[in-house]
Amino acid sequence: MSTQLPIAEGLFTWPSENPALLGSRCQSCGIADFPVKKSCMACGSEDVTTEELPRRGKLWTWTIQGFMPKRPYKSDETMETFRPYGVGYVELPGAICVESRLVENTPEQLKIGMEMELVVDTFRHDEDGNEVVSFAFKAV
Amino acid sequence: MDVAIVGIGIHPFGRTPERTGLQQGAYAARLALKDAGVEWKDMQFGFGGSASAGSADALVNELGLTGLPFINVANGCATGGSSLLSAYNAIKSGEYDIGLVSGFDKHDRGAFNADPKELGIGEWYGETGMMMTTQFFAMKIQRYMDMYNISKDTLAKVAEKAFINGSKNPNAWRRDPIALEEIANALMISDPLTKYMFCAPGEGGVGLVLCRADKAKQYNDNPIYLKGAAFRSRRYGSFEVFAPSQALEQVDGPTVDASKAAFEMAGVGPKDIDVLQLQDTESGAEIMHMAENGFCEHGEQEQLINSGATQINGSMPINTDGGCLANGEPIGATGLRQVYETCLQLRHQAGDHQVPNEPQLGYTHVYGAPGISAVTVLQR
Ligand SMILES: [Zn+2]
Repeated sequence: MSTQLPIAEGLFTWPSENPALLGSRCQSCGIADFPVKKSCMACGSEDVTTEELPRRGKLWTWTIQGFMPKRPYKSDETMETFRPYGVGYVELPGAICVESRLVENTPEQLKIGMEMELVVDTFRHDEDGNEVVSFAFKAV
Repeated sequence: MDVAIVGIGIHPFGRTPERTGLQQGAYAARLALKDAGVEWKDMQFGFGGSASAGSADALVNELGLTGLPFINVANGCATGGSSLLSAYNAIKSGEYDIGLVSGFDKHDRGAFNADPKELGIGEWYGETGMMMTTQFFAMKIQRYMDMYNISKDTLAKVAEKAFINGSKNPNAWRRDPIALEEIANALMISDPLTKYMFCAPGEGGVGLVLCRADKAKQYNDNPIYLKGAAFRSRRYGSFEVFAPSQALEQVDGPTVDASKAAFEMAGVGPKDIDVLQLQDTESGAEIMHMAENGFCEHGEQEQLINSGATQINGSMPINTDGGCLANGEPIGATGLRQVYETCLQLRHQAGDHQVPNEPQLGYTHVYGAPGISAVTVLQR
């Protein structure tokens, strides 16, 4: 029985029935940021709070990563098993556009403006056989 | 105090196994000194940069230990532009009369791979495969094409032009034209950009000798004057590389801000420019940078490119030496290559890639991670 571990602490709620990405919100100017930071990127204020970001949004832009990246990329894949993957920014209403891997991985499946929702699932396995969990967005 | 460029030198771009990056920088510096008719010991200061080929100040070991102040500059792809701006200010302040600007590099094959820690981003960002400059450029042009109705054909046409221009430039890395269909149908790296639409990390070196404008004619019959030089970083809301998130509301990027500042300094506008070099890390960047630098409205690019305006014989010749696409990108040297090429053009010495009708005003623009731009306006 393997254990599920988040790829980074504080990136999304975990463990959780209904995971959400975590962002920071500036109490001075109101802008949101992802991931959580200790100060505001827009105004520099250190008065920031953490909040759950919306789980649904619209695809803002996208591409397909066609070749296997060099390090620091770290997945279970080999050059032989690598499959191109989608990457995009998803506009989360009232918050921010978040960069994410996309479940869809062909140009035909992706269109700017389409509805997307957050999924959190196993991304790779670590040296001890634990499942490393990360986030992605998929078309609704 | 106005500033002039009185000496220019270049080491051919591409792959040169027999010379280190530093030696390529020294080679270019020696040519620049010779071009200005001066010696290394005449230099009162140096500014230079390299990302992967050691410290630029080690040039003194190659050129002679004269005791001059030589300062390393590191500003990503805008390193060359930043070195030039530093030298410009050093002379403009009245502190120095004459000095050298140098840029060189030598990169490993393959795409650059970045370390998230250097930019204050968590390891997860690189591990999950999102820390790729290629992806950023693809996502930026993907959205731009959607907003302004620009076709994939236009991307291929930009690359086609780059290789044609490179074939006319003896210092370019890629010297063979590539057919439009081959560019369009090549391996897709990151949709919508194929492998021929991206520049590759490479090698090369450039040296420039700058001096007080009132002394320029002592050194060169054909001095080129720096009428404007500006550098800007990103504001909140501009769409930049290596950003796990972007603001909901977009603002103009650093290129727009640097361009406006340089034009204001120079007292001229985009319509006055006869020849221009714009950062073309990939073909989409050249398209976006045409508008960001004020040379057209957003969305006008496709029609301009189809009409031939951006070719060497066109009304708005862009990247006349083949740009980054044909020259590759040795990070430290690339911004200075643009200035070298513009000086050649304004001296009317560019040979097969010379813009006709004796251009008088030129423009250069470099853009780099994590969201910085350096711009110059040059005058004969
Ligand atoms: Zn704020």
